[in-house]
Amino acid sequence: MAPAKKRNVSSVKTAEKSAKKAKVDLSKSVERILESRKHANDVFDILESLQAEQEKEVISAVAACSELFCALLERKELFLGKLPGEEDALSGGYSAQDKYQIFMRHRYTSCVEILLEHLSHEQYDIKESAMCCLMKFAAGEGRHPLEDLDWSEHYSFPRELIQALVDNLLSKTTDNSLLISRFQQFLEMEDVRYYVMSSIRDNVGKVMDKNKGAVVPVYQNNVFTLMSSISMPNQESELTNFMVKQEAKHEDWKAAKLHVSKIVEVKSSHFCFQQKGFLNVIKSSATQEHKRVFERMWLGFLKYKLPNSMYKKVLVILHDSILPYMSKPTLMIDFLTAAYEIGGAISLLALNGLFVLIHQHNLDYPDFYKKLYNLLEPSVFHVKYRARFFHLANLFLSSSHLPVYLVAAFAKRLARLALTAPPTALLIVLPFIYNLIRRHPSCRVLIHKPSTEDEPFEDPYLMDEEDPAQCRALESSLWEIKSLQKHYHPDVAKAALLINTPLSEQEDDISETLEVTTYELMEKDLKQPELKSVPLEFETATRLLKGGGDVLGQHFCLA
Amino acid sequence: MGKAPKKRSLADKVRKTKTSSEIKNNPFEVKINRKKFDVLGRKSKHDVGLPGVSRSKAVNKRKETLLKEYKQKNRSSKFIDRRFGEYDTKMAPEDKILQRFTMERQRVHEKKDVYNLNEEEELTHYGQSLAEMEKFNDAVNSDDESEEKGLLSAELTASHFGGGGGLLRKKASGEQEEEGGQRVKSRQELIEELIQKSKQEKRERQVQREEAQELTEKLDQDWKNIQSLMVKKTPKADKQEEKPKTIPPRSEYDMMVRELGFEMKAQPSEKMKTPEELAKEEREKLQKLEADRLRRMMGEEVVEGAQSQIHFSADDLNDGFILDKHDKKTLAYQDGKWNMGEEEGEEDDEAEDEEEGEGESDEEQESDAEEDEVEEEEEEEEEEEEEEEGSGEDDGHSDLESEQESENEEEEEASPKPKKTLSKEEVKAQQEAAKAELPYTFAAPESYNDLKDMLRGHTSDNQRLIVARTQKSNHPSLAVGNKLKLQKLFGFLLEYIGELASRSPPELSTIDKLIPEVYALCQMFPDAACKAMQSILGDAAHSMEETLEVKGHAAFPTLDMLIYLKVTALLFPTSDFRHPVTTPALLFISQALTKCPVRSLQDLTSGLVLCSLAVEYVSFSKRFLPELINFLVGTLHLAVQDKASLGYIVVPPFRASGKYSDLLVLSSSESCRTWSKKSLPLSATQQLDLKNDPDRDNHRLTCLSTCLDLVKRCCLLYKDLPSFTHIFQPIRTLLSKHLSTQTLPEPLQELSSEIVEAISSTPVTHSPLVFDKRKPIPLKLLTPKIVEVLDYGKKRGSTREEREKERLKHKYKREFKGALREIRKDSRFLAREKLNEVMNRDAERKRKVKELMGSLATQEGEWKSLKRKKK
Repeated sequence: MAPAKKRNVSSVKTAEKSAKKAKVDLSKSVERILESRKHANDVFDILESLQAEQEKEVISAVAACSELFCALLERKELFLGKLPGEEDALSGGYSAQDKYQIFMRHRYTSCVEILLEHLSHEQYDIKESAMCCLMKFAAGEGRHPLEDLDWSEHYSFPRELIQALVDNLLSKTTDNSLLISRFQQFLEMEDVRYYVMSSIRDNVGKVMDKNKGAVVPVYQNNVFTLMSSISMPNQESELTNFMVKQEAKHEDWKAAKLHVSKIVEVKSSHFCFQQKGFLNVIKSSATQEHKRVFERMWLGFLKYKLPNSMYKKVLVILHDSILPYMSKPTLMIDFLTAAYEIGGAISLLALNGLFVLIHQHNLDYPDFYKKLYNLLEPSVFHVKYRARFFHLANLFLSSSHLPVYLVAAFAKRLARLALTAPPTALLIVLPFIYNLIRRHPSCRVLIHKPSTEDEPFEDPYLMDEEDPAQCRALESSLWEIKSLQKHYHPDVAKAALLINTPLSEQEDDISETLEVTTYELMEKDLKQPELKSVPLEFETATRLLKGGGDVLGQHFCLA
Repeated sequence: MGKAPKKRSLADKVRKTKTSSEIKNNPFEVKINRKKFDVLGRKSKHDVGLPGVSRSKAVNKRKETLLKEYKQKNRSSKFIDRRFGEYDTKMAPEDKILQRFTMERQRVHEKKDVYNLNEEEELTHYGQSLAEMEKFNDAVNSDDESEEKGLLSAELTASHFGGGGGLLRKKASGEQEEEGGQRVKSRQELIEELIQKSKQEKRERQVQREEAQELTEKLDQDWKNIQSLMVKKTPKADKQEEKPKTIPPRSEYDMMVRELGFEMKAQPSEKMKTPEELAKEEREKLQKLEADRLRRMMGEEVVEGAQSQIHFSADDLNDGFILDKHDKKTLAYQDGKWNMGEEEGEEDDEAEDEEEGEGESDEEQESDAEEDEVEEEEEEEEEEEEEEEGSGEDDGHSDLESEQESENEEEEEASPKPKKTLSKEEVKAQQEAAKAELPYTFAAPESYNDLKDMLRGHTSDNQRLIVARTQKSNHPSLAVGNKLKLQKLFGFLLEYIGELASRSPPELSTIDKLIPEVYALCQMFPDAACKAMQSILGDAAHSMEETLEVKGHAAFPTLDMLIYLKVTALLFPTSDFRHPVTTPALLFISQALTKCPVRSLQDLTSGLVLCSLAVEYVSFSKRFLPELINFLVGTLHLAVQDKASLGYIVVPPFRASGKYSDLLVLSSSESCRTWSKKSLPLSATQQLDLKNDPDRDNHRLTCLSTCLDLVKRCCLLYKDLPSFTHIFQPIRTLLSKHLSTQTLPEPLQELSSEIVEAISSTPVTHSPLVFDKRKPIPLKLLTPKIVEVLDYGKKRGSTREEREKERLKHKYKREFKGALREIRKDSRFLAREKLNEVMNRDAERKRKVKELMGSLATQEGEWKSLKRKKK
């Protein structure tokens, strides 16, 4: 055993050593290559180790690559312009300098290819380092464009590289969320974000068309993670963080999008006093452009069929991280109405987006309240988004212009559903109903109907009726709340007791109770400072299963 | 000085001579305060005033105080009387004198007698030195001192010489001479008489002493015998007993005197015992039993043990509490094992030695002890019966009784005659028996592991006994820290219960046995129990909340939690509107019923246990628990075969259709015939090994029947709720439309049809809601409110504080006025004095001027007459 172990250890050690050695070798060869062209062929060693099995070796190779090629880019020792084939280069009439550059450019492209392959490696560390390296290349290329541009002052961005990177990030088979969250750091930069967004759009279009619109959960999940990690700038002034800084050329970049580049430039240079204003114009138009790309990306994504969970995820962030950054939020109407029609939790979530559209963008939604009414089902009290739903429902029903029958129908339906609700939900619903009655005093008949004859009658309310106008809620009374006065939780019972007396004028604030959890409710009793002595059971306990009506003992036995 | 002061003093004298009655009768002195009207029953203090008297009093007082101050004004020198207690009016003059005297003496002593060692002044009383007297008095009482000393006691000498001690010899002889003068007796005779008398006295004293010693010895003997009941070591004081064997025969008279002295007097009857005393007794009893048991376990014979005595230290309180190795062993009881060492043999030897010397009395004691033991055991049994009262099941006793029987047998064996030695087998057997028997006292466990160690390896009955005995021997009234210990014990017990429940298989019968103890502890310390239970519930709920936040759903609570919930219901009232323990417990149940998805038959069983618990919780108060109904509906839904066109809605955690929605659907209808209702074991909530389909179907049907029964109970509970039909509507449709079409065993069919009937038979009509009728708010009345005033002169209609404030204000005002008046009077007095002074000064000057003028005039006259003469 022991010797074996030793051997093991030693082998591990040697592996480490060799890795270290490799690292040293790699950095040395990088130095040599950079020193003189004689050692140019060492680049093959690096590329070879880039494809090695061992993780450490690969990582060090990646580091070496990034060092080497970044330096080469800096020195402009990579061939510019359209790259001729390697054989052509040898045969063609190029100078030695050109030949070297062509050779290096070829190595560079193969390195990029390998790195892109590594993006779908199973080791996260390799993926990460590859990605970082690629982004470094992108930055380098941005600064020293590889295209042979005759109009040199023009803005250039390594689009192809970014596109390839995005294509590899949005894998169809593996969940890349970790890598994407690492990538988020690069999305802080305006230009990167811009190009990433457009390449996402292209990619989604391509992939989904290929799949004929069928659901690809992993891919869509990746896309969603990437898209949701894009945080749009709030104000124009934030557009300052660029990866590619080509002195004063980002004006140009924005201007390019505007198609009025020259004019603006001329104007801004000529009328100095107006410069600031113009810059603002430029900037705002730049954000406009940004928004447009953002919008196109989302619409392109949402156009296709999504898995249900994805629907929920999108709807949850829709109202505060998508809608505000769209140039035309109304374009979302189709998506939202479709989601609203689906029913269940998705409809509940769609409400929020719809609310924004109705409230801020003047959307007119026919039968909105009818649909809202039909959303009320027992599951409303049990879903995760209960608080959000009641918050919105409270907003929708706060209008004083609603017809009485509608409000009464809502109150009655909520009361009926309360019969199946847990106490935390009841503590929301009861004040909610009371608020409805307070806002619409003519609904008071629900809890106070003195004039009718004493004869008892059946509840006329029709639970199954879909139209709130037809459900005869106004003829009914809230007997359900009367039942809830016998609820086991003291707070609920107390709340339900309020209908015995005329309600106070002041509305209850339900926002505080929206997020209360059962444990918090429990803590109220648990954390109470002991004021008086604790009451005890006076019936002497003798057996485990005795007592309390003997229910447990009747159906269960100890052994 | 002038004449005026003289005159005044004369007037004062005159006035002083007058008695107060005279003054009062003098109409010129009296001022009568006229009253406007008489009030019946009111005493007035100030109807008659004596202005003259009071004024003169005030003037005198001012003269003594204010005037003196005035005179002392601007003067720095002062006369201070430093005599001790001169200004202390509280001291009596005699005290003052005494104190001054002692102080004087002290001062002198300090000065003169610094180097004086013992030549102190001797204090005497009737000519005797007090110091000497003290010495001799001591000698009389002690019986250990030599007889010669007794001769010279002060008493004796005083009777003959009228004084004693070497110091006063001379005086005494003087007296004797006088005596001799009076009587005719010669000195020789006198001396002889004295000697005779003293001899007689000496004899008497000796006899008395011996008797007393005998008695004390007897007492000692008795005491030792009693001692031997509790302790078994032999006394080392055997040799001492042999000494007093030469006792002279007692005289009859002495006997009589002693008898009279020790005659039974009226004794108080036994008083009622306080709970503390009872507890103490209880503990003592247990301790005694424990000592007994220990002894037997050591392999000694019963008889020997009874006499075995231990050397007692002087500090021994004889309360049976012995702090030595043996007692420590009691505490060191662990794992049901004792380390019996070499001591045994030694003690055997010792015991045998003793045995020879002592005879009859021991036997008596032994039988007494035996009786005691039997009695106590009976008592204990009774107690247990009391505790288990109502249960009517005797299984708890069987062990105990057999134990007792075996004990009795042992004793019978041993008691008839003290055998010198027992055969080895017998000794061994006794040891075994004693080992099997439990110790009678236990130290309260300090930690949970202590408790576990204490209870490990015992049967459930014994575990219960151990806990009960721990509780008794640590009753809070016995020692200060016991309360805390027992409170801790409750927490440990709860923890232990949880552990028992989470073992596999769960040891629920042990828990069952421990319940009375837990209950008793809870009754003793409600607050601590409440805290312990709350923390358990809080922790469980918290962990559930956390998993909910992460996963969105949680697993059903484990069996220990179910047991805790049940224990909660046993310890605390579940019907309270709000209770610090049961309300959270209900919330926990509701949380579990709403958030834990049912994914297996175990889950379902746990859910049904929770439902049963919920029903128990609300069975008395009939409170509405929506989650319970939801869960029952969901459970019934699991049994529905055809999930299409439901007609009712299933509430989460159940789903209308899905992977686990067919849990209760029978695999074959065959099992309906073979099924018979059995109660499910609680352990089925944890693990359930149902190998084949029929078994599984059986379990399903049992679950279903439990569920239906719970539904039925709920129907009865919630019958009076106005929304009863709406609450039970899903159950009704489910039962009537879906389950009725399926094949179910006969009893289940019946049950379900009963339920449907119960649901549909309740009235569905209600009268509309109206607010509670309130008392109409009365109109404002315009007629004045008339309040009868019964006690005049008292401020009314305000709070106590206000009245107090008023009173103080009034008092302040009066005081202020009084002070002002006094100040005015003072200044007036001073002004008068000043005026007097000035007038006196002026008069003096005038007189002097006059004198001068007169002398000058005479001079002038003389001079003129001389002049005239010259002319």
